[in-house]
Amino acid sequence: MSGSLLTGTADGDRVALAVAGTWTADRAAELERMVDETAQRYEDARTVEIDLGRLERLDTFGAWLIERLKRDFAARGSTPHIIGLSDTDRALMEEVRLVNRSREEGSASSNRILVALDGIGRAMAEIGWSLILMAHLLGALTMVVLGTIAHPSRLRLTSIVHHLERVGWRAVPVVLLSTFLIGGIIAQQGIFHFRAFGAEVYVVDMVGILVLREVGVLLVCVMVAGRSGSAYTAELGAMKMREEVDALRTMGFDPVEVLVLPRIVALVVAVPMLTFLGSMAALYGAGLVCWLYGGMTPDIFLSRLREAIWLPTFAVGMIKAPFMALVIGLVACVEGFEVDGSATSLGLKTTASVVKSIFLVIVLDGFFAMFFAAIGM
Amino acid sequence: MASNQTVISVRDLVVGFGEATVLDHANLDVFEGEILGFVGGSGAGKSVLMRTIIGLFPKRNGTIEVFGTDLASLNEPQRRSIERRWGVLFQQGALFSSLTALQNVQFPIREYLDLSPRLLDEIALAKLEMVGLDADVGGKYPAELSGGMIKRVALARALALDPEIVFLDEPTSGLDPISAAAFDELIHTLQRTLGLSVFMVTHDLDSLHAVCDRIAVLFEGRVIAAGPIEAMLASEHPWLKSYFRGKRGRPRPSLN
Repeated sequence: MSGSLLTGTADGDRVALAVAGTWTADRAAELERMVDETAQRYEDARTVEIDLGRLERLDTFGAWLIERLKRDFAARGSTPHIIGLSDTDRALMEEVRLVNRSREEGSASSNRILVALDGIGRAMAEIGWSLILMAHLLGALTMVVLGTIAHPSRLRLTSIVHHLERVGWRAVPVVLLSTFLIGGIIAQQGIFHFRAFGAEVYVVDMVGILVLREVGVLLVCVMVAGRSGSAYTAELGAMKMREEVDALRTMGFDPVEVLVLPRIVALVVAVPMLTFLGSMAALYGAGLVCWLYGGMTPDIFLSRLREAIWLPTFAVGMIKAPFMALVIGLVACVEGFEVDGSATSLGLKTTASVVKSIFLVIVLDGFFAMFFAAIGM
Repeated sequence: MASNQTVISVRDLVVGFGEATVLDHANLDVFEGEILGFVGGSGAGKSVLMRTIIGLFPKRNGTIEVFGTDLASLNEPQRRSIERRWGVLFQQGALFSSLTALQNVQFPIREYLDLSPRLLDEIALAKLEMVGLDADVGGKYPAELSGGMIKRVALARALALDPEIVFLDEPTSGLDPISAAAFDELIHTLQRTLGLSVFMVTHDLDSLHAVCDRIAVLFEGRVIAAGPIEAMLASEHPWLKSYFRGKRGRPRPSLN
């Protein structure tokens, strides 16, 4: 069957090739094999005659393969001719004669170690770059804040309230529920293990300090980063993609003032509130578990709690909250503005926004731990 | 050049969304080997008709025959084999933003044919060069291309599988007159070279004059006229008069 598509007859160093049948996309793979075999078989030929007289159908795929056959012979030093070209196929053969002339060099096989090093280097440079961008945005934000203090009328109150509703009010149920559960789980684990030493009462100390200083604020920040930071990045990224950010700029608006400030102010206000609510819910959950599982009445839990914590314990958590909110907001906005035209980059930047903000929140928490230890809080 | 064989035949097509009826018993024929220009006011439903033919919108009534087969009577594999025989150029190009220009062209080929990587590269590059792009455009992402280049890459992708029908949705919108004229010429050349039937939704009077064999006019949900440009210019229908002979519709010398 395939033999009839391309048949060759050699006569000394003259070769006559007869092309017949349908040379179309569906058979391209089969045709390519035949073309390569034929070029190989008659590689010593001096003159090659390619007869297209019995061709029934031809499309770009077939035309290109005939052209490739011709070029293969020409590259081996023989002189190929095409004869019997019908008028309908002439234009197409002319067209493919012009293509694929500038074959680019195949990419050099690269060393795996170099590729790995290249990747690490680029990642490092990108981390440095994103820190610079964050500093840049922080600076721009500071200028805008100072400007707003000088001219309070420039503050976009409606926008802030809108974002506050989205990142604050609407986040309350999920924050309350998860912190309540976490508080209960910590208490349950504490009671279970402390019971071996008969030290169940100290569970209250553990839960109180842990929740108010660390877990409350960290948990809320992780949730806010996943819930609101990602939304910020996606919104700003989509606005950037559709040139809305550029439109703002040309109308004389500062994107930092219009887009970034309301979002970050909303976060900085909302996160401490959520942290407070979350901590209370966690303590409530812990108290409930101590009562139902540990057999400790609420009276005892509360008086024990009052002895275990003092105001600075609570203050430590609350002081950290707005700074962490700032970090989440900055990272989200920086990544949003870094989105370029493609849908992939929107996805990548949204992921990066969440991962980076959670990581930076934890790093910041570490610094705060050292700072508060140094000043004795 | 155009034969009397219809490749697309639309009969009594009704398409609507909610309360609104966009197409009301529309009839349309596209003949083999012709370039049909499809015009109508903004929002008249030109794109809706095109999208209904290619199956992106559901129809309420009527029949659509492509290559002589009723599309509604086909099962999934048969439908796919019909879809393989047409290519679509969307208004904004609709290139996949995460793939390079070359990969965009290779995408449908890779899906339908089992080719060696070498042939795949060669064919895709050949298509890009046939639509007038340099080989180095192949490595670029859509975000790095200009509007005109995006349209060309999108055309190359529409032509990737050597279709018999090409649907073009406002191919010259957003291009400057020089690029638009070049694009018209390109469509004309490719149509002759590859023997395509072309269904072109357009607003560009120059395109209609320069390349279209026939023009069909959609007005109030029906195709009210179909014929060569001379027939359109001679028509006494008020909308056609203001469209073709209005301030911007003065007859001008055709490109070829």
